[in-house]
Parts: sequence; structure tokens; C-alpha cells
Amino acid sequence: MATLQTQTAARFMMAPAVVMLLVWMIVPLGMTLYFSFLRYNLLMPGMEVFTGFGNYEFFLTDPAFFVALGNTLLLVGGTLLATVVGGTFLAILLDQPFWGRGIVRLLVIAPFFVMPTVSALVWKNMLMHPVNGLFAWIARGLGFEPVDWLATLPLFSITVIVAWGWLPFATLIILTALQSLDREQKEAAEMDGAGPVSIFFHITLPHLARALTAVTLIETIFLLSVFAEILVTTGGGPGIASTNLPYLIYIQALLQYDVGSASAGGVVAIILANIVAVFLIRMIGKNLEA
Amino acid sequence: MAREATRNRKIAFTAFAWLVGLTLFFPILWTILTSFKTEGEAIATPPSLLFFEWSLENYFEVQRRSNYLRHAMNSVVISLGSTGLGLLVAIPAAWAMAFSPGKHTKDILMWMLSTKMLPAVGVLMPIYLICQSLGLLDSRIALVAVLMMMNLPIIVWMLYTYFKEIPGEILEAARMDGASLGKEIVYVLTPMAVPGIASTLLLNIILAWNEAFWTLNLTSSQAAPLTAFIASYSSPEGLFWAKLSAASTLAIAPILVMGWFSQKQLVRGLTFGAVK
Amino acid sequence: MGAITLEKVTKEFSGVKVIPGVDLEIAHGEFVVFVGPSGCGKSTLLRLIAGLEDVSSGTIRIDGVDATGLAPARRSLAMVFQSYALYPHMSVYKNIAFPLKMAGMPEADIKAKVEAAARTLNLTDYLDRRPGQLSGGQRQRVAIGRAIVREPEAFLFDEPLSNLDAALRVNMRLEISELHQSLKTTMIYVTHDQVEAMTMADKIVVLHAGRIEQVGSPLELYRNPANVFVAGFIGSPKMNLIEGAPAAKYNARTIGVRPEHIQLSTESGEWAGVVGVAEHLGSDTFLHVQVEGIGQVTARISGELNIHHGDRVWLTPPPERIHRFDGEGTAI
Repeated sequence: MATLQTQTAARFMMAPAVVMLLVWMIVPLGMTLYFSFLRYNLLMPGMEVFTGFGNYEFFLTDPAFFVALGNTLLLVGGTLLATVVGGTFLAILLDQPFWGRGIVRLLVIAPFFVMPTVSALVWKNMLMHPVNGLFAWIARGLGFEPVDWLATLPLFSITVIVAWGWLPFATLIILTALQSLDREQKEAAEMDGAGPVSIFFHITLPHLARALTAVTLIETIFLLSVFAEILVTTGGGPGIASTNLPYLIYIQALLQYDVGSASAGGVVAIILANIVAVFLIRMIGKNLEA
Repeated sequence: MAREATRNRKIAFTAFAWLVGLTLFFPILWTILTSFKTEGEAIATPPSLLFFEWSLENYFEVQRRSNYLRHAMNSVVISLGSTGLGLLVAIPAAWAMAFSPGKHTKDILMWMLSTKMLPAVGVLMPIYLICQSLGLLDSRIALVAVLMMMNLPIIVWMLYTYFKEIPGEILEAARMDGASLGKEIVYVLTPMAVPGIASTLLLNIILAWNEAFWTLNLTSSQAAPLTAFIASYSSPEGLFWAKLSAASTLAIAPILVMGWFSQKQLVRGLTFGAVK
Repeated sequence: MGAITLEKVTKEFSGVKVIPGVDLEIAHGEFVVFVGPSGCGKSTLLRLIAGLEDVSSGTIRIDGVDATGLAPARRSLAMVFQSYALYPHMSVYKNIAFPLKMAGMPEADIKAKVEAAARTLNLTDYLDRRPGQLSGGQRQRVAIGRAIVREPEAFLFDEPLSNLDAALRVNMRLEISELHQSLKTTMIYVTHDQVEAMTMADKIVVLHAGRIEQVGSPLELYRNPANVFVAGFIGSPKMNLIEGAPAAKYNARTIGVRPEHIQLSTESGEWAGVVGVAEHLGSDTFLHVQVEGIGQVTARISGELNIHHGDRVWLTPPPERIHRFDGEGTAI
């Protein structure tokens, strides 16, 4: 495309970013991989020995691993379901003509900008608290026994909190896609005798497919590493009822100082995330060509 | 007839949409309201919505008891620092990829993206140990560096999609007009790229401000930004809801305003240009 | 003074020879048009002259000086781009002033020059506007203004009219021609539109697959096309190219006859056929005739004509107007 001179300049301009990211990727990744084959505990410095797949065996056969894996999938799946369905609904609502659309839009997207620790604590204390929380007050007002949400339904409660934060993201993306739908296409379908329902399923939904895929994949990447919400609400409990994979690794690492098995867990988490990442990257890559 | 039906429909949608919008916004509204109550009123049953004695006491109290401003300053330094440094590295890279693409540009972009997919927890241990051995635990420097690297792929990608929209012919015109590379960047590229750079800046400040994995794991007190500071309210003895609300309101208010301004760019940034 | 010479210029893009080797002389003050179908390499050739692309081999001389390795800005050429490439964040004034500012000219001189250019191009009232507030034709004039203030040795135009609507295109065509008359500077103009080429050029360069097919004045190309490609490309409606038995009669592989040269009769003639479509333009009538044993032949008859779909007609090509081509497609 261009002259030799500009191409050489281009290489120099790209170099810092590429080199930095390369180091950022290779060094910690290599270390994680290396640690995962060592018996290495920070409480017993100098006692590192090579254990082969010992850490993996320890981590993967720990019953807590399966609970955490299940919790991770439930958290991701539940949040996805809530945000994609809710987001589609909200996007369609916000696409209708009504008074104060701009303001309602702002209200709807606001939760996305609330930092995880704040949203978790606000929900935990002021809404879900079994004695003084707003939900308890409403329940009592309606004649029900208040629920201790985070103690009896910890994973569900965390899903609600996380979904509240991610709903705006899904809504915003689906709304953007919705508004890029060609009016003439809809009008052509109307002329062809399609009603609102068949327009939704035959025109709107296929048009949204791409946005919905993007939402699903990107949210999955982020939701696989939900951490702060668990840390400040349940601490993974009761027991390990709301421990997900990142939290389990965090416990191994910074509470039990077991670098070896935390690293093995880290490798497992990386593999899990990569399964999703492959699809996401492929999709974005296709877009890049267009 | 038809006009009336449209009108009724609009009224119904207005009522419903506002109901939904206010419901979703309620936790934030509730936090803001509670921050002006006394601790007693904050946990009162039945809760008082608007009719209580408004007071700013909590805001002063938060600062007195825990030096709120230091943590706020940490948040500012970390989010601005990491984003600023990230832009410094990313602008030339994105410029090169957008205007002088080579055979491998696309692969490099995809690879950069893939580093973003790396779960943080996977590299928790090495980063923690590196910071420890460098004496950088609980330091702003470590967080600036880590968050910069975390967001660098997003920054490069966002800038790349914005730069891509600047027609190459304009830069060629500048070249024909006698502009050197430096002048081309100063007079032509930068003014045209400023809106894109600004929204990249905005979105990444938001992301860094709200980041709550590294900030929680790499800081304890000195360098703790607001995310970590607020997390300290989770301990049972810290159940001061009114103060929690005051601290939270201060922590989310600036970002909420920025977020509202950047809602369009948000979609583009977080989907890596897949949805515009 | 604005003479440009290309010697054995080639260009490869990742192994593909886009320009396999071009030799061309452009004299000072000439209006040269590069014309050809899309993908023929005409824009690439222009960009090579501009210095926006590096040549793979060969030499480009401007006024006898080797300019092959010179940066675009140092070739004293000005270019008008297809998309106009105006700086959207600058006013019209600043757009036109930009090259002068880059050259480090004093502010007062810049002002005088920009205002003079604006007067020539009827832009005086728009100097404070941004490009986004202008119509297509006005933007085009700003782009030209930016080019002329530099007083370059030559102007390069890259399909400058293709984004304008038909009526405006005719106007701008005239304006550019007038500009050439008054400035008498070398102009190189790229287009895929042979009408633009015919109407504006002193010299047309017909390009096809990166090769020069023919160089000549518009009427030379019209009268004596060097080969089948040029014959088919120059002239509208297209020349009828006929192969087989009717061509063999003239000792050629292919014969060509322009629609406007065909003689029409409703009684007798060389080729008999039936009118498929008759296009009545008023000044002319285009008849698309299905001729027995040949296929579709187009005839252009002056004036109004009372002939319609399904009518039987006879067409006769005057022998002196027949172009003959051999097996390679070269004119005999």
C-alpha cells in the first residue's frame, strides 16, 4: 500500500506495544506453567521440588474443584440467560417511541458503571440483608418470612448482582444493533404481509444474531473471572457453595500460599477461557476482513 | 382514531419504560439517598425514602475515619496513569496498523486480542510474586503497570477501528502537500483522531477505575484505590450503611457521568468493533 | 517545466506484476488522460508518478531530473483525489492554505494566494466553512484550489469527477479544461470514462492490464485504434466487433465498424436483420439490430426515425470505415 519509508516507520511504531504485550504474556504464563509442576508453598520457602502432574492431580481431584467448576458454569450460564433475554427485551422497549427516552436509557445503563465492590455491598447490605434490607421489609409487608438471600441462595444472589451489572451491556449492544436495522427491510416485510411477530422472528432476530453472539462471547470471557462480587458478599460460602474457579484459585494462592496448585488451577482456568476465546476471536477476525 | 391509538400506545410505553428504568436504577438511587441519612435512619424499618433529615455528615465522617481522599487519589492516579501510558504506547502502534498495514497486521491484532482473553487468575501467582520480589506490593506503580497491560489490547483495538475510519487519501494528500511525517501527525492525523482518542481514553479510565481483581489482590492499604477501600466495608464491624453509601456515591459518581457521555463508544470498545 | 518521463517503470504488489513495464513521455503543458477499465493499473501509475507508491524498477524523470526516489512533496506535483481528501477539521481557507503553510510561506503571501485561488474557483463566500458543509461540486473545487495554490509543475487528477452527479460532472469537466487553458500546466488525469478522456485530453493513454495499449490524440484513437481493445473502449456506443465469415470476407479475423458509420436502409443492404430495441434520443436513434448470421449490431442514426421493435432493416458498413484486426487483435 505504501512506500518503503513509511513501512519501516510503521514497524518502529508498533514495536513497543508488541514487545510489551509479548513480555506480559510470555513471562507470567511461563511462570504459571513452571510453578504448576512444582511443590511450592510460600509458607515453606526453599522447599520447591518438581512434582510432575502432582499439583494437577491434587487440584483436579479435589471435590471442591468440581463444585467450583459447576458454580462457575452456573454463574456464567445464569447471568448470560438473564442478560441476553432481559437485554433483548429492554432493547426493544428502548427502541419504542416514548417520552423521556434519553433519560430512561441513562437510567438503564447506569449499573454498568458501578464498580463491582460497590454493587456487591449495596445489594448485600441494603437490599438483601435479612433484617434491615429492603427486600426483607417488602417481604414482611406482604406477609412473608424474609429470606436470607446470601446464606440460603448464595449463588443465585450473586448471579442476580452480577446480572444487574451486565444487563446494561447486553441492552446497549443489542439496542445498537437494533437501530442499525434497515427500516426499508422492515417496510418491505410489512408490504409482503408479515405481522409484527413474524417480522421479529424473520427479520429482527436474524439481524440481531451477530450482536447476540458478541454479547454472549464477551460476557462469558468476563464472567468466567467474576471475583470481587464473591469476595465481598459471601466469601465463597457458606462452605464452598458460592466458590467459583477464580475464587478457589485465589484461596489456594493468597490464603493457603500454595503456589503450585494455584498455578495448576490457573492453567485450568486459562484452558477454559481459551475454549470461549477461540470462538470470539474467530468471529471478530471475520469482521475484520469485511 | 389512529392518532389516538398511537398516543395511547405512547403513554403506555412511557409509563412502562420509566417503571423499568427506575427499577433498574433503584439500587443506585437508594445508595445516594442513604448517604444523606444518619446510620439510624439508614437501617430504619420502615425505610424512609425522601422524608428524613438530610445531612452531609457521612461524607465528612468517611474522610475523617479512613482518609477517603487518599484512596480516591489512588484511583485517579491508577486509572489515569494506566490509561495515559497505554495511549502513549498504543497510538503509534494503532496508527501504523491502520495506515501502513503489512502482511501480519491482522495476525498481530488478533494476537493482541487473545492476550486480553487470558483470565487474570491464571497469572495471579507470577504477577503477585514478581511484585513481591520487586517490593511493589501495595504500590501504585504495580497497579498502573498491570492495568495498563490489561487494557492495552482494548486501547490498541479501539484506536485502530477509529483510525481505520480516517481515509488514507487524506494522509496521502497531506504528504503531497509537503507535510513531513511529524507535521502529518500534528496537523492532520491528530485533529481527526482526537474524538476517537478521547472516547478511548474515557472508556479505559472507566474500565481501570472499576477494575476489581488486581486492585484487590495487589494492594492492602497504602495504594488501595476505591474498589479495594470499599471492599473493606464488607467486614462485619464495618457495617455502617450510611457511610458505605457516602463512600460508594463518591466512588461511582464521576464514573457514572463519564459513562453516560461515552455510551456510544462503549459498545464499540467492548465488542472490539464487532458491533457499531 | 512539467515534462514527465517514465522509463521501464514496473510495479509489483506481493509478487503480482500490476505494471509489467511502462515507457511514456509527457510533454510540458500537455493534458494527458490515462483511461482504461477498473483494475487496469491507471491509478497505480498515477500514484507511482506522485510518489505515493515506490516503483519496483525503472525511472521516473520530472523535467529531466531523476525523481524516482524523491518523497511526494518534493516532486512539485499536486494531486486531486477521488474522494477529494479534504481535511475535515479545517475550514476551506485552511485547506487551501495547508500546502503553503507546509512550505513555510509567510502568512500574508498565503492569504493573497488563497484569496486569488478562491476567486478563480468561486469559493470566496465559502472560505470560512468546513468541507462537511459544502456540496460535492464545491468540495471538488476546494480540492482543486488546494492543488493550484502550490503552482506545481504538474497536476495529477485521480478520477476526480466520479463522485459527482451527471450534470455536475459535465460542468466540472469544462471547468477543469478551462483551468488547463489558463494555467497551461501539465495535467495527468485518470478516468475510466472514455467520454471524459475524449473531451478533455490532448493525449490519451489507453491502459489494459497494466500495459499501454495505445497513446495518441483523441481523434487518432478514434480513427485508427491500434487493436481490438482500444477499438472497443473508445467511442460510444461501442464499436461493433464482428468475427467469423463476415470478417473473413475482408481478410481479417475480426472486423469493427462504429455504430455511427453504419448506413441504414429499409429496403436493401449488406446485412439484413430485425430491430430488437430502438432507443429514440431525439438527436440520434440507436438501433439494436439482430442481424442474420452475425448477431447483435448497433447502429447510430442521426435524427428522429420512425423505426420500431420488430421492423425489418438492412445495414451496410461503408468499406472505408471498416477496421480490420488480425488473430492477435492488432489492427491491419
